[in-house]
Amino acid sequence: MKALILVGGYGTRLRPLTLSVPKPLVEFCNKPTLLHQVEALVQAGVDHVVLAVSYMSDVLEKEMRIQEQRLGIRISLSHEKEPLGTAGPLALARDLLCDDNEPFFVLNSDVICDFPFQEMLQFHRNHGNQGTIVVTRVEEPSKYGVVVFEAEGGRIQRFVEKPQVFVSNKINAGMYIFNPSMLQRIQLRPTSIEKEIFPVMAEEGQLYAMELQGFWMDIGQPKDFLTGMCMYLQSLRQHAPDRLCTGPGFLGNVLVDPSARIGENCSIGPNVTLGAGVVVEDGVRVRRCTVLKGARLRSHSWLDSCIVGWNSSVGQWVRMENVTVLGEDVIVNDELYLNGANVLPHKSITDSVAEPRIIM
Amino acid sequence: MLKAVILIGGPQKGTRFRPLSFEVPKPLFPVAGVPMLQHHIEACAKVPNMKEILLIGFYQPNEELTRFLFTSQQEFKITIRYLQEYAALGTGGGLYHFRDQILSGGPQAFFVMNADVCSEFPLPEMLAFHKEHGDPSSLVILGTTANRKQSLNYGCIVENEETNEVLHYVEKPSTFVSDIINCGIYLFTPDIFQHIAGVFQKNQQDILLEEPANGWHRAAAIRLEQDIFTALAGQGKLYVYKTLSFWSQIKSAGSAIYASRLYLNRYHITHPERLACNQEGGPKISGTVYIHPTANIDPSAVLGPNVSIGTGVTIGAGVRVRESIILHGATLQDHCCVLNCIVGWDSTIGKWARVEGTPSDPNPNDPYAKIDSETLFRDSKLTPSITILGCNVTIPSEVIILNSIVLPHKDLNRSFKNQIIL
Ligand SMILES: Nc1nc2c(ncn2[C@@H]2O[C@H](COP(=O)(O)OP(=O)(O)OP(=O)(O)O)[C@@H](O)[C@H]2O)c(=O)[nH]1
Ligand SMILES: Nc1nc2c(ncn2[C@@H]2O[C@H](COP(=O)(O)OP(=O)(O)OP(=O)(O)O)[C@@H](O)[C@H]2O)c(=O)[nH]1
Ligand SMILES: [Mg+2]
Ligand SMILES: [Mg+2]
Repeated sequence: MKALILVGGYGTRLRPLTLSVPKPLVEFCNKPTLLHQVEALVQAGVDHVVLAVSYMSDVLEKEMRIQEQRLGIRISLSHEKEPLGTAGPLALARDLLCDDNEPFFVLNSDVICDFPFQEMLQFHRNHGNQGTIVVTRVEEPSKYGVVVFEAEGGRIQRFVEKPQVFVSNKINAGMYIFNPSMLQRIQLRPTSIEKEIFPVMAEEGQLYAMELQGFWMDIGQPKDFLTGMCMYLQSLRQHAPDRLCTGPGFLGNVLVDPSARIGENCSIGPNVTLGAGVVVEDGVRVRRCTVLKGARLRSHSWLDSCIVGWNSSVGQWVRMENVTVLGEDVIVNDELYLNGANVLPHKSITDSVAEPRIIM
Repeated sequence: MLKAVILIGGPQKGTRFRPLSFEVPKPLFPVAGVPMLQHHIEACAKVPNMKEILLIGFYQPNEELTRFLFTSQQEFKITIRYLQEYAALGTGGGLYHFRDQILSGGPQAFFVMNADVCSEFPLPEMLAFHKEHGDPSSLVILGTTANRKQSLNYGCIVENEETNEVLHYVEKPSTFVSDIINCGIYLFTPDIFQHIAGVFQKNQQDILLEEPANGWHRAAAIRLEQDIFTALAGQGKLYVYKTLSFWSQIKSAGSAIYASRLYLNRYHITHPERLACNQEGGPKISGTVYIHPTANIDPSAVLGPNVSIGTGVTIGAGVRVRESIILHGATLQDHCCVLNCIVGWDSTIGKWARVEGTPSDPNPNDPYAKIDSETLFRDSKLTPSITILGCNVTIPSEVIILNSIVLPHKDLNRSFKNQIIL
């Protein structure tokens, strides 16, 4: 079986991280986002993954060759000359997707959840129509485009952008499964699958909604990245508690790479991920943070709701909070206060940032 | 024989020093580890022939003041007395009211100083200058150079550059007059009382012409600056001795931290024993730090520069303190970070909390710049200043308190920024 993953965006909202690493390779809970999806696809029986990319990335290409070996599957990169949106890439990869007559998955690369690929396939085969999209429940439907569908069977009736009156609290979760016949609907030009393709399919009764159980998050921006991390760690607590750290100094759900080192009298958690080779010195307090590979938190620093970029260093008695994001190789001098700072890579910070802003 | 008078004001003065002046009279607030006044007293006690120090003010006699007088007399082996005005008589009125006390024993001259200044107190130099300038009855003002803009906040002096005679004196002018300013430290001779007497008599006559309010005549305050110096300028009576040594006013709490720094740096010469050093088993000291011997400090704490730690203070593991005054009985719990703050008596700061202020130091690139003792608000917004915790304030763990003033006995339960917390 095949799957196409849309990885073509520039990931501008996840800057400054995506200035150093393509978004699909940014580690989410110590594993590149893309691998969370690819591994789950392989589990569901997918043996050929097509990555739809609109920029050239040697790093991505190299990493995928490694993963092909490791997972024993085929990974193809389908390059666009110009960004083709969320539907156009399917037309470009038509030949790869159509060489058998099996249904294929399409994924938005930014979503994280307990991927329900087996159930999708089952559900899709049961209704027997062209497409299935996964929907998830949200608290404030007025912020999204919602999906209105029949409670019985799931046939989609219509899509409503940012509804002002309540019509549904289910939104498109960015995971689809289609029959190859669906590809006839798409031309090789920039097209939005959500706006131009789905409404027509729904009208023709060819599109069905499957409700997702459990957590879901679009982690395409820092705030949601952190919220998604909390959800993912909680799901680990339920399904694989051994992978979380426990013991004195740890609070709640904490995921630590075995190569990370933690000093004395620290208080870590809840909801913290420490990447490979991370060094946490003595007396550090961290909660609700992702600390990426090779970063160092110097003694007595205090961090809440931050992403610390690769190989960055946070000085002694630094306080960082409110979705402060440090790009790669940033140095924060001792005793500073960063409130919602967005710091571009390779920067050395010498003054406090009292109010949220971007540090070029 | 010589004497010295220190004008200590009273409870209605020093409002810019609130909320700290609620707990202790401002002249007794610790600067570089000792009460503000002690720096004056030490300087006076060192002057040969100094017989007596008189504190004049309108505070009710109180325990702190009494205790301070008692311990200072013992320590400096000199008589120190407090003379209480029945009302605020002004910087000249109090002197005049107690002229008999000042003149008893027949001093040839006496120093007069404002309590709220920080200085190297070049008193011997002023005495030497006095001998060489004018006649034996002339008066000397200690002056220093300010920048043009800031000079407007002080008493401004125009001198004859050859003789150092004061030709013109104006208090806090609205336009630029001179960059030589009055330091609030004077050397007077008994002659001063003739000059004050003139003003006093005139005031009395004016008062008699007025209707008494509620049967009382108000006490007319006499201000040395506006009423005396302005009149004496250009009369061949008043001279200015200009010093290059450090000097600052202590009006706001922020200026107390700045004054502490000046005195702590001076301790290298005057009191090296008061400066903490790096020792086996002690905290890490960076720059000038005063630690009271009764304070209990974890060896993993890092203190300085410009930190003063009072009696019985407890400082936990991994605590960082810089540019701050920690008053007696306060507790700083593990890993907290305290920058540019005054932490009030018996206050507690929780683990990993950050309590931080913004210093208002003079421009370091202008040798004549002074500290601005701004008012609290500018454009109806609180100007960022040092953070002050009143006495017995509790700051919970892990919060940040930034540029805020917390009034006494508050238990905070969250972070605060740029606020006065009543
Ligand atoms: N191949 C391809 N994928 C795209 C294109 N535009 C968006 N995507 C992918 O579609 C998904 C949803 O896109 P967005 O949520 O806008 O994310 P993004 O464009 O990567 O990031 P932003 O710059 O922050 O908008 C992501 O997985 C993107 O990688 C495109 O033109 N071509
Ligand atoms: N004994 C006594 N001392 C006074 C009186 N008024 C002021 N002082 C003290 O004299 C010194 C100078 O006080 P002020 O003249 O009010 O202050 P300043 O230096 O001119 O500064 P501003 O407050 O800005 O006017 C301070 O140490 C006061 O405590 C008074 O009426 N009686
Ligand atoms: Mg986009
Ligand atoms: Mg005055």
